[in-house]
Amino acid sequence: MVSAPANDASVVVEELVKRFGTFTAVDRITFAAYKGEVFGFLGPNGSGKSTTIRILCGLLRPTSGRARVAGFDVASNPEAVRQHIGYMSQKFSLYNDLTVIENLRFYGGLYSVTGALLKERITWALRMAGLEGREDSMTRTLSGGWKQRLALGCALLHRPPIVFLDEPTSGVDPLSRRRFWELIQQMASEGVTVFVSTHYMDEAEYCNRLALLMRGRMIALGTPSELKLGAVKGDLMVLEADSLPRAIEAVKPLPQVRDVAVFGNGLHLVVPDARTAAVAVRDAMAAAGVGILRLEVIRPSLEDAFVALTGRAVDSEQEAGR
Amino acid sequence: MNWRRMLALARKESIQIRRDWRSLAVVLLMPVMLMTLMGYGIALDQTDVPLCVYDREGSQLSQDLLKSFVSNRYFSLKLDARDYRQLVTAVDGGVCTVGVVVPLYFSKLLNAGRPATVQAVIDATDNNTANLIIGYTQAVVARFSAAVQLDYQQRRGPALGAPSLGLQARTWFNEDLESRNFIVPGVVALVMAVIGTFLTSLTIAREWERGTMEQLVSTPVTAAEVIAGKLIPYFVIGMTDAATCAAISGWWFEVPFRGSVMTLFVSSAVFLIGVLLLGFLISALSRTQLAASQFALLTTFLPAFLLSGFAFPIDQMPIAVRAVTRIFPARYYVTILKAVFLKGTGIEPLFAPMLAMALFAAAVGVGAVRGFKKTLD
Repeated sequence: MVSAPANDASVVVEELVKRFGTFTAVDRITFAAYKGEVFGFLGPNGSGKSTTIRILCGLLRPTSGRARVAGFDVASNPEAVRQHIGYMSQKFSLYNDLTVIENLRFYGGLYSVTGALLKERITWALRMAGLEGREDSMTRTLSGGWKQRLALGCALLHRPPIVFLDEPTSGVDPLSRRRFWELIQQMASEGVTVFVSTHYMDEAEYCNRLALLMRGRMIALGTPSELKLGAVKGDLMVLEADSLPRAIEAVKPLPQVRDVAVFGNGLHLVVPDARTAAVAVRDAMAAAGVGILRLEVIRPSLEDAFVALTGRAVDSEQEAGR
Repeated sequence: MNWRRMLALARKESIQIRRDWRSLAVVLLMPVMLMTLMGYGIALDQTDVPLCVYDREGSQLSQDLLKSFVSNRYFSLKLDARDYRQLVTAVDGGVCTVGVVVPLYFSKLLNAGRPATVQAVIDATDNNTANLIIGYTQAVVARFSAAVQLDYQQRRGPALGAPSLGLQARTWFNEDLESRNFIVPGVVALVMAVIGTFLTSLTIAREWERGTMEQLVSTPVTAAEVIAGKLIPYFVIGMTDAATCAAISGWWFEVPFRGSVMTLFVSSAVFLIGVLLLGFLISALSRTQLAASQFALLTTFLPAFLLSGFAFPIDQMPIAVRAVTRIFPARYYVTILKAVFLKGTGIEPLFAPMLAMALFAAAVGVGAVRGFKKTLD
């Protein structure tokens, strides 16, 4: 675990559990996040990302465990938590029947931002969202990227020290996505703690640290490079061949190959030793009569790490089941 | 309670209401529609009751009696029967609701100073209407009888031992015994209860359905601020509706208005706040607009119609039901409206029902604030 001075921790989560009936959405999650950090939740749909974020915003009550945000307990003092956070829900939740400026003024009022400061923050939000000159446009007429940035602007009007963004870029065009991440990096550089959930691997690379979630469990936690190196034990090789199905058949039984997974138009092989594995793979492919287009050692990507880690989690679950 | 947050909500809600002008028009026209519908639909008076007569005697006096039936707005002659069978057929066939038979020797008996009996055959399928018709028939006969008696006494001098005790009834507050004067204030209460609750019952549920509530509850805004802020614009609309109702009652239905506008304003405001808060309570407890609107109708229309003393007198209800009527504010509002419109009562004698309505508003308000959860569980 990362150790840092306790007063630097913006968010501390201990053994957090959330059950809906018999379904466990969040299963004993423990971590801490620090000031100025971009902390990512990575995982497939239903892995508990949104639920965890909602608990941290005081919108859901934890079943057990503890979570402190900005020094306040989310279960016993959710109002104090709400003073210190900005939240952007997964589904767009501003008022479509208000104009851009009306939405901003409304949230300014709710966060008690007034006078010159409100004016300044609204100007900032409009510039940040690229909505200058469109103050009086009806919010429903905006495109996805604009809506997302407006929602971010509303959530940041009161300059919260901690921000929770639940899949902020889902359904947004690539250009807007990149722009959004620049905004996130900028906020973090100003000392804001940013929580982001995503299921895009490329976005996860931008995070300082990542929590990998699967079925409510946190299966890994670390920087993107820590995860990549730690997850893939051994070397990672890419194999491209004439026929993928026959290539899989040929290399899978080899003792020199630990794991085979399809990636794009090739195979990723996890091997204990690249040199001996390369020889074995070439022999096996020649024996099967499949032509090799490419065989080389590559650096593992976050996706490789994710596949390896989730695969390992499934294995250990099955063992526990037995 | 942070007034800045509350005002932010009030402003936002007002903008949304103004922008949704179709719904606003419906809400402002609803009292006009409901008032006319119910003001005319629930008339308890019967006029132009179809009448059939069978005069077995055919004397001057018997014709005078029958004329006195037709000469007022309550009856309208449909058939002058030649025999009894024809009269019975007319009542059976629904051509007439009432048949009046004048017996033979009618004028002879009366001229001799002896009682004569007139027969009335009434279609009592609708017992309420039948009761009214019996009353009208008796009134016509009684008036005729009094005239005959007077005439007899003038000709013969006071008869010894003839009863001379009579009741001189004076009706107060509703001198014409117009049932409309009695019903319209009840309709106002009914309309206000339905509209008031309906207005607010959808607002919170709508925000849950649209997803805007998730963002709202992530801010430091409190339940009391949300409810108070949303209450303000709907209170303005509700009071506009109340004014519309009062105007329709006075100018269209010509119900006499004898009290003070101030009393009407204050009591309407207290009642309106109560029903608006009831709407918020319903809205806070149900997260879909459909459930909220159905529940709103169930908790306002039925009690306001059945238990407010508007359609059925509370004094004649079983004790248990009478106790239940005390919970619903419509009962007190009906009492106040009748007093203000018909009796011209000032604000002081109405302190008790006013307090009851205020207590209801307070209880429902506390319930709404408690019921409004800032969590998604």
